[in-house]
Amino acid sequence: MKFRTLLAAAAGAVMLVSGTTMALAEKLVISNWDGYMPKDMAEKFKAATGIDLEIAVHATNEEIMGKVTASGGEGYDVLFVSSPFAEALNNLGLLAPIDHSKIPNLANLYPEANELKHDPGNTFSVPYTWGTTGLCYRSDMVKTAPTSWNDLLSPTDDLKGKITMLSTDRWLMAAGFLADSLSVNTTDQADLDKVRDQLIAAKRNLLAYDDTTFYSKLVSGEALMVQAWDGWCNYGITDKPDIKYVIPKEGSDLWVDTMVVTKASKNPEAAAKFIDFVMNAENGKWVVENIMYKSPNKAGMEAVDKSLFEKYPNMSITPAELLKYEQLRDLGNGMKAFSKTVSEVMAAK
Amino acid sequence: MNARSGTWLLMLPGLLWLGLLMVVPCLLIFVLIFFERGIYGGIDWSAPTFENVTRVFDPLYLTIFLDSAIIAGTATLIALLIGYPAAYAIARAPASRQTAMLFLAILPFWTNYLIRTYAWIVLLNPAGLINNLVIGLGLRSEPMTLLYTKPAVVLGLVYSYTPFVILAIYSALQRLDPSYAEASRDLGAGAFQTFLRITLPLTAPGVAAGAVFVFVLSVGNFVTPDLLGGGKFQMVGNLIYDQFLSARDWPFGAALSALLIGLMMLLLFAQAIASLRARGDHARA
Repeated sequence: MKFRTLLAAAAGAVMLVSGTTMALAEKLVISNWDGYMPKDMAEKFKAATGIDLEIAVHATNEEIMGKVTASGGEGYDVLFVSSPFAEALNNLGLLAPIDHSKIPNLANLYPEANELKHDPGNTFSVPYTWGTTGLCYRSDMVKTAPTSWNDLLSPTDDLKGKITMLSTDRWLMAAGFLADSLSVNTTDQADLDKVRDQLIAAKRNLLAYDDTTFYSKLVSGEALMVQAWDGWCNYGITDKPDIKYVIPKEGSDLWVDTMVVTKASKNPEAAAKFIDFVMNAENGKWVVENIMYKSPNKAGMEAVDKSLFEKYPNMSITPAELLKYEQLRDLGNGMKAFSKTVSEVMAAK
Repeated sequence: MNARSGTWLLMLPGLLWLGLLMVVPCLLIFVLIFFERGIYGGIDWSAPTFENVTRVFDPLYLTIFLDSAIIAGTATLIALLIGYPAAYAIARAPASRQTAMLFLAILPFWTNYLIRTYAWIVLLNPAGLINNLVIGLGLRSEPMTLLYTKPAVVLGLVYSYTPFVILAIYSALQRLDPSYAEASRDLGAGAFQTFLRITLPLTAPGVAAGAVFVFVLSVGNFVTPDLLGGGKFQMVGNLIYDQFLSARDWPFGAALSALLIGLMMLLLFAQAIASLRARGDHARA
């Protein structure tokens, strides 16, 4: 009897100690796109701060939006979302303010990255990558180099059946908005109807809608000109240097992917440490060299070998030039009409 | 415990499974039909509305239902034309070889559906195997446009679902009493007449089952039109997928789903009645 009590007490003591120890090893849950961060991020972060990183993956912004709006953000600490969705989450009251005093590496940002229209001063989001959308084409196979969005929407005969467009709603419509010199954030019904009709006409000349393999279609020659995000065009350029990227004369949209902290997060301190870690020069450099996107992290961009910018010209655009383009914003009440128009384009024959 | 309550008890786990995991979730989704999408994608529970019901019957969306039915119908017809002779050949083969032949027919299912569909992309694209063969043989100088067309979608559907037809018709042929065909031949009918007037009508339930299988699966398919059609030929499955996952308009997606389920249930009901009647005729004969 006495031995058993001793054993039970010892077991209890061990459990108590290990329980407290476990509570001391902090855990952070983040959600990001697959392949959007260094693979060894969790190990490096743990080595630097002792915090365990649990990485969840989401394929699209809409997926993580659905999860977070349904759960109120419970279960996630830091999210990687595109700026319109960061705005929406903030409007829903699901985000915690960014504590700049806890994130010294915010100083690594370009000054322009602090003036983004969706969140001036970065109060609820921290930019991670940014870039443009334009035309990616085979310079060796097209008759004339494209200069306008209308070269995509009303192609010449040699291009018919050899072009692809993005099917993600904001960029699908942006091609039309930009071609007509409209705002990429307009929800005016007349604008929507006009662009809808243009896109339905353009659909007849498409090879396919493609969001993920358009650059391989260029490499193989199946497509001669595609609507592309700048970073993705670089994947094509890697395999075929004849591929070139151009921002049409009407302009592009400025897209920004950001990090946000949920209000439901139980570890705001750890979240701040994570964002600080991501914003260091090394990680900024990794983004540019591996995903071939531009980073708003000045320290990171300057650490990159300059020859990379020569190989991929769209990476050398300056932040000042980037900010000339209109940033995609959350559409709020206008989203319904916008979605309806997108459905009509996709459903049309 | 008598036989009757014993039967109910045995069915109970299955009924509970279907009820709790299929019927209840469907009903929960259908409730959404009468509300609107919230500003940021959730549900606005404050104001019930019939707007989604009326929106579903907009010609734009009804055309998609119709086009999906046409594509699915074409795929069903071709699958039957390929599947029936195959099933007939298997049923007429020596019993020792039938198992092997059935195995070969089902073998594609051991590969993931997505991979089988991607394989068609490799075959059909302008630099793909079929075009390379045709150009290599000198039959053409330019590649044919095979991929990202409606026929490509139909081809993908036929390829994926023909084994179902083969199995359904094979089992109907197996159940067929050979003495009917014998009697027909004895009475002077030729082989083709025997097939047309005896075998085919008697295997009609199997044909109907296979046809409905292919049709229902094809109509709701969103992978094949997306991959082989290049996203250009939206079918009902794609439309519903877009509403739930891109537009995040769950109420409208629910309305579309309800219409699709309703139409499919009518079809299955009609098939069940026809099948019962056919079996009834058979029993009386």
